[in-house]
Amino acid sequence: MLPGETAVISGFRDDTLSVKLLEMGLLPGTVVRFNFSAPLGDPICITVSGFDLSLRVSEASSITILN
Amino acid sequence: MTATRTLRIALAGKPNAGKSSLFNLLTGLNQKIGNFPGVTVDKRTGSCQLDAHTAAQVMDLPGIYSLYPRTVDEKIVTDILVNSKGNHYPDRVVLVADATNLKNSMLLLTQLIDLQIPTVLALNMMDMAARSGQSIDIKALSAALDLPVVMINGRNGQGVEELKKVLSTNLSPSTKTIYKTGEELAPLIKNIQQKFQLSTPYQAYQFLQQPDNLSFLTPEDKSYIATQAKAANFFQHKYQGAETVMRYGFIQDLLNKVILKTSDPEWKKFSYKIDTVLTHKVWGYLIFFSVLFLIFQAIFAWAQIPMDFIDSTFAQLSSVLDEFFPEGPFFDLITQGIIPGIGGIVIFIPQIAILFACISVLEETGYMARVVFLMDKLMRKFGLNGKSVVPLISGLACAIPAIMATRNIESWKDRLITIFVTPFMSCSARLPVFTILVALIIPDVKLFGFFNYQGLVLMGLYLLGFFAALISALVLKFIIKTKERSYLIMEMPTYRIPKWSNVGYTIIEKTKSFVFEAGKVILAISIVLWVLASYGPGDAMHNAEQLVKSEADQSGLTDDELEARIASYKLEHSYAGIIGKTLEPVIKPLGYDWKIGIALVTSFAAREVFVSTIATIYSLGGTEDEQTIKGRLQSEINPETGGPRYTPAVGLSLLVFYTFAMQCMSTLAVVKRETKGWKWPLIQLAYMTALAYVSAFIIYQSMA
Repeated sequence: MLPGETAVISGFRDDTLSVKLLEMGLLPGTVVRFNFSAPLGDPICITVSGFDLSLRVSEASSITILN
Repeated sequence: MTATRTLRIALAGKPNAGKSSLFNLLTGLNQKIGNFPGVTVDKRTGSCQLDAHTAAQVMDLPGIYSLYPRTVDEKIVTDILVNSKGNHYPDRVVLVADATNLKNSMLLLTQLIDLQIPTVLALNMMDMAARSGQSIDIKALSAALDLPVVMINGRNGQGVEELKKVLSTNLSPSTKTIYKTGEELAPLIKNIQQKFQLSTPYQAYQFLQQPDNLSFLTPEDKSYIATQAKAANFFQHKYQGAETVMRYGFIQDLLNKVILKTSDPEWKKFSYKIDTVLTHKVWGYLIFFSVLFLIFQAIFAWAQIPMDFIDSTFAQLSSVLDEFFPEGPFFDLITQGIIPGIGGIVIFIPQIAILFACISVLEETGYMARVVFLMDKLMRKFGLNGKSVVPLISGLACAIPAIMATRNIESWKDRLITIFVTPFMSCSARLPVFTILVALIIPDVKLFGFFNYQGLVLMGLYLLGFFAALISALVLKFIIKTKERSYLIMEMPTYRIPKWSNVGYTIIEKTKSFVFEAGKVILAISIVLWVLASYGPGDAMHNAEQLVKSEADQSGLTDDELEARIASYKLEHSYAGIIGKTLEPVIKPLGYDWKIGIALVTSFAAREVFVSTIATIYSLGGTEDEQTIKGRLQSEINPETGGPRYTPAVGLSLLVFYTFAMQCMSTLAVVKRETKGWKWPLIQLAYMTALAYVSAFIIYQSMA
């Protein structure tokens, strides 16, 4: 994904992380928007169900998406 | 107005929802910071009057998203809310929700409903929500959840009276059940519910989900739960994930019904615009370093005025009382041990207050989350975490609050490394030592007529400490093994103007906890040191006056000079002096003599004591005046070489020693508390002392 793009969450690749991501409201079927990344490319800032979240690229890549 | 009953009220909610603002509004200055028994988490409680007959004991719980904790601070919330028989179990919970972001504020609420705790939903930031164009049907929300909903404004206090009124009524828990565990778990849950006599199935489910996070369970209880869970093939993660999805399903349905008009994303535009600057490749870091510089400036330049004032006040107090009291060891203890000891604590208050004012403002505005965001990748290279930045910056004032600030780092390894390396950051107690030694060995001239050499060296010492912290972190990153993964999933709050009263409360709270936590240790140590420095074996101490006097008869000293000579003679023959002399062979390779040895011993507990010890050893009386001490040190002769004692080699060796050495008892005490044992503080002490010794050795040997 590139900054500014949106996508729909389809699932998670990592069980441990998924629990934490789910708690923050990243549910399968929700729309996420990739806002911008930190100057060094990591972490990134996304918007999901109306609020902004920062997570590391490794964490973000455990989320599978549908474009 | 006498209260006939007191209710225990807990404030819960996600971070940044405005719990602290509400807490401050409810309790004002009737606040108390204590500790939860057995854990290190600060317990913020306060009292308030709900109505004529009802008083309340309000407890501010750390911010959480759900009952599944991520940090040490968060564990306590689960511990309190799941333990219906515990001492802290609340009669009522106020769930503070961020109205601009209801969805993830509600997760915890649905869990509280299932635990059947009487709960009031307080919708905070309604003004912001309104600005965003959102409109909520409060009545429908209240009816759907079967609990009272109150709109509040944590910034100006609107709705707080209404909330108090609701809290004082006879509140019963919501009759709804949000999460029903599957049929297959029913017998298991029933067993646990019966065994522990729990009133709700969800409480039993929590016992099953996270027995390790519930401190009130005995090892037998835990093994019972473990056997039960195993027999029924219970997988924690699978069920926790399913639970969260189910709850959010409920929340989404509910919000679809009660939110009449959704917010317009436009309202955040301004915040995004700020972000494009503050997290910019160039501007982002430039601004961050300017902010750092400003904090630095505030701690060192602005705090100097009140610090000087405190210093002279305590010195005066000591000397006035000294005149006033009759002679005797008890009064000496007061004027020379206790009063300077208290002064040694109070002197740090301006810096700590200013530092926490700055940090609190950065947190209130939402900038701190951006700092974490900017620094995470860099810090991670060194085994640290974006969240390590705050403790490291705080370490510039004092390592004690800095180490306490590591509590919101989720990963234990990251947190431990941060705790371990924070004392390398040059704290304010090193500054008086640095100033004196730098002034002594570095000429006061300017490079290219612009940069002051002394300033450059001072800056170099700070950088040296910072790099020692980074490199040590890097080493630890490879040594400490852990299965736990480090992660950074963090909400980025919308920028807003800080609420100044919250900043004020933070300053008071942090200062108080410093004075009482660190203060106790500093005071105790200064008394011990006073004893070591004022008493010695045999008659030497007793005869000091006569001996020095008889010696002085020939040389015609003034009374003041005589006093100073006696003090210096006494120190030489005291226990501290004996330790200093015993130490001499060990520290000789670093270029130090027994006099410096005494200063090393006395400053072992607190570095800043170095200066006052030096003043006493060199018979300067009570003065801590920089020029006087400097002049005296310059004229000190090394009997072996015939040249000056304080050569640049000795000075630099001392500077490096003080940059690296632990030399702070209070820090050790705090590390012991935060890591729950002596293992880490002892490793830290050994490591830092060894690094200090070896570095000082190399410097002295290569220069001398």
